[in-house]
Amino acid sequence: MSMRTPLRPLARILKARSSGENPDAIERENLRLRHEEMRDSTRLRAEGRLLVLGLCFVSAFVVVGLRMGQVAATTPEEPRAVTTGTSILAARADILDRNGRILATNRTTHSLYAQPQEMIDPLYAANELVKIFPDLNKERLIRDFTGSRKFLWIKKQIAPEQQQAVHDIGDPGLLFGPRESRLYPNGKLAAHILGGTKFGREGVMSAEIIGQSGIERYRDDYLRDPANGDKPLQLSIDLSVQSTMREVLFGGMHLLDAKGAAAVLMDVNTGEIVSMVSLPDFDPNGRPTFAGQNASDNPRFNRAVQGVYELGSTFKIFAAAQAMELGIMTPNTLIPATPPFRWGKHRIGEFEGHNYGPNLSLTNMIVKSSNVATAHVAQQIGVTRQKEFLKSLGFFDPTPVELTEAAGAKPLLPPHWSELSTLTIGYGHGISVSPLHLAAAYSSLLNGGTRVTPTLIKHQGPMPKGPRVVRPEVSKASRDMLRAVVAEGTASFGDVRGYKVGGKTGTADKPRENGRGYYDDKTITTFASVFPADAPKYVLIVTLDEAVETSGPKPRRTAGWTAVPVAGEIIRRVAPVLGIRPDIETLALAQ
Amino acid sequence: MTEMVYGSISVSEGEPVLPRWWRTIDKWTLSCVFMLFGIGILLGLAASPPLAEKNNLPYFYFVQRQVFFGSIGLMTMIFITMMDPHKVRRLAVVGFVGAFIALALLPFFGTDFGKGAMRWFSFGFASVQPSEFLKPAFVITAAWLIAAALEVGGPPGRLYSFMLTSVIVIMLALQPDFGQAALVLFSWGVMYFVGGAPLFLLVGLAGLVVIGGTLAYNGSEHFARRIDGFLNPDIDPTTQIGYATNAIREGGFFGVGVGEGTVKWSLPDAHTDFIIAVAAEEYGMILVFSIIALYATITVRSLWRLLRERDPFIRLAGTGLACAFGVQAFINMGVAVRLLPAKGMTLPFVSYGGSSVIASGIALGALLAFTRTRPQGEIGDLLIRRGR
Repeated sequence: MSMRTPLRPLARILKARSSGENPDAIERENLRLRHEEMRDSTRLRAEGRLLVLGLCFVSAFVVVGLRMGQVAATTPEEPRAVTTGTSILAARADILDRNGRILATNRTTHSLYAQPQEMIDPLYAANELVKIFPDLNKERLIRDFTGSRKFLWIKKQIAPEQQQAVHDIGDPGLLFGPRESRLYPNGKLAAHILGGTKFGREGVMSAEIIGQSGIERYRDDYLRDPANGDKPLQLSIDLSVQSTMREVLFGGMHLLDAKGAAAVLMDVNTGEIVSMVSLPDFDPNGRPTFAGQNASDNPRFNRAVQGVYELGSTFKIFAAAQAMELGIMTPNTLIPATPPFRWGKHRIGEFEGHNYGPNLSLTNMIVKSSNVATAHVAQQIGVTRQKEFLKSLGFFDPTPVELTEAAGAKPLLPPHWSELSTLTIGYGHGISVSPLHLAAAYSSLLNGGTRVTPTLIKHQGPMPKGPRVVRPEVSKASRDMLRAVVAEGTASFGDVRGYKVGGKTGTADKPRENGRGYYDDKTITTFASVFPADAPKYVLIVTLDEAVETSGPKPRRTAGWTAVPVAGEIIRRVAPVLGIRPDIETLALAQ
Repeated sequence: MTEMVYGSISVSEGEPVLPRWWRTIDKWTLSCVFMLFGIGILLGLAASPPLAEKNNLPYFYFVQRQVFFGSIGLMTMIFITMMDPHKVRRLAVVGFVGAFIALALLPFFGTDFGKGAMRWFSFGFASVQPSEFLKPAFVITAAWLIAAALEVGGPPGRLYSFMLTSVIVIMLALQPDFGQAALVLFSWGVMYFVGGAPLFLLVGLAGLVVIGGTLAYNGSEHFARRIDGFLNPDIDPTTQIGYATNAIREGGFFGVGVGEGTVKWSLPDAHTDFIIAVAAEEYGMILVFSIIALYATITVRSLWRLLRERDPFIRLAGTGLACAFGVQAFINMGVAVRLLPAKGMTLPFVSYGGSSVIASGIALGALLAFTRTRPQGEIGDLLIRRGR
């Protein structure tokens, strides 16, 4: 920076004065010089800054150009009315059976909506729409189409042929949105297990599918979780077995004129439910609405899980097993059996007034199904020990199976568990449980004596053994008794050649709906079976509601004539599918 | 002989007006302006019929109006380019006073055409937006004030111009017309910058903007949502921006074909704020790049010519006019591709609008008048002053 020259440098002024010049000219000259210097400096600065500005503009326009090119290089998307909010994930995982066959999957259908302001001929469109969908109200459609509405749903889900028909109307204001919908390709098979789905939040481009009942609802979070990467949910159900079992049960139910039926086939070692049928059933692709009075008549009612019944004599094996487990009896211990058994003013008799003689061995008590002998055994066991044992078999709590409905199916226990309760519960009266409860308890008792938990999810890897309920010897003795029931007792129709079926029948009079006593012409008949009895693999429970066999002179309503032949037919057809080898050789030798 | 010379009318020594004009004018910029106007008419032929149809007007009603007002605008521009810069300044200051009064009277006599902002005077057959005319007049007036401050012993013109700017920005913001307010502020800013704003002040201002922006983003949820919405890469395809983006995508590099575009039917502002989308859809990137090149040429070439200018007033006024013009084009196109948040701003000479095209004509006329080649006293420097 140069030194600033003063405008009136004294030396020059004095010199000018002495020479007679006007000193003001010097000041003017200096002022001009200073001014020019200043203008030069500002000009240079301005030049630099103008360059900067120019560069800024060049780069700004280049950026706009690049961005334009970038946008132009991407593909356009169709403008549609989109509901605001987060996008809906419609993908739902498939459900498979234990062999990987599809039980539930998704397919793409379409919803139909209208944007009236885009419509060309609303009256014609309304007219044609009513032809395709007779349930639509024409006047209402015309009002909506010609009013001020910008958007309206017409149908939440339409079939492909309906979509084509709407397409043929050719109105640009009628639009389709993709809809994933749940498809159950097997129809009614496993309907109660799968349950069903419904639409949740809806947008134009997709709708949320949420589980409504069954495993669809119980595992809804898993099925909807995108983090699973569409990994399917694999059930323990075997579709072939399910199909066979439903077919036989359906036939049996109609032959025996029963109003309902349920069957559970369970793996004794793992608790996996291989098949579970409840009749009447429904098609989960279009869940029916039910207007009846009695909830148990609803086809959506799962008798195997939700239905709690007095399952009768099938419970006797628990009394026998507990007596052996406690060491107070062996299979050959003789038990008084003369009816009636008196307890206070109550009398316990045998079924249809039978009399099985003064004494019965424990085995024969089961084979003959003696109420009196069982009451004696139960009396010896006592209230506390019986409660403990039944609790350890899972009869006190709802089944933990993976169905939403299961949690609501609490067993009905006596409010005051008196000694009389213990006596009747010994032969299966005064306690109401579901067929699934019974299947789990039979499995626990007969698989060698370790508790199993019923499950619908296919089990992977080795199964850890549950807590022990009885000793292995007791388990074996129980199986032998059950085998004897089929071989020589009340369940002879269930003896399927080669499969060594063991089982126990149960016939219970149906309680009246008004709660006063029992019907004498309506029964719940049950057959709880295990096969093969020497090396148990599966437990099968079959329950028929109001079944009656009319081939004889008198209508027969006992389990031996109803549930047992149905169960026998199921085992005969299902055991080969399950890969159980019939023991024909030893059979032939024995004869 | 003597009779023939004596007493005759004195002949001016200089060149005739038109040849001199043609020699000294920036012919490139002039051609670019004409081309832009031509493109504007071409696009108007495509973009405005839907609007005319909606209002039951003749098919090319808006095109005819645009041709009419555009001719007035271009003639005004040519007329102004022929003026002496000092005459331009004188007229601009007078015009500024007039426009300023008109702007001040808007709240009392203006109409908002149902758009919620008092911006127009309605005269039946046409409406006038005074802020459009105020802009060039303001730039020239402010340049005059700032330049005056550069004289030794001159008035504190920077302060005056700043006060003037503040008043106008507040008035425009109250209309509300934030776009014009921002433009006015921006043009004053560049003039102050070129006119010698101290560097530390610039750095301080930049710091203030960063700090203020951060505080606003953290403190105000509304502001934060606006910014997040702008930064969000997903575009709702039913908004104006969405339609514009889709139109650009549809067009690709070669366009869908003349008259084949659809965006003009969905966008209410297809003939004004989003005309670049119509251009992109029907003619593709080829035309868009040409338009960008034309604006860039006008802006950068004017700034380049101003580099040689020695008169501080002409330099500043030219800078202000060129930058206002360039930045307006930049903002309009930047909005269409979401480089900038949505802001209604016309594309000078291309968008439909009578006020806009005449005001742009005035601004470009003044700019061209300022960038005409004229002696800059370099020889005087060499002869009189110490050479450098």
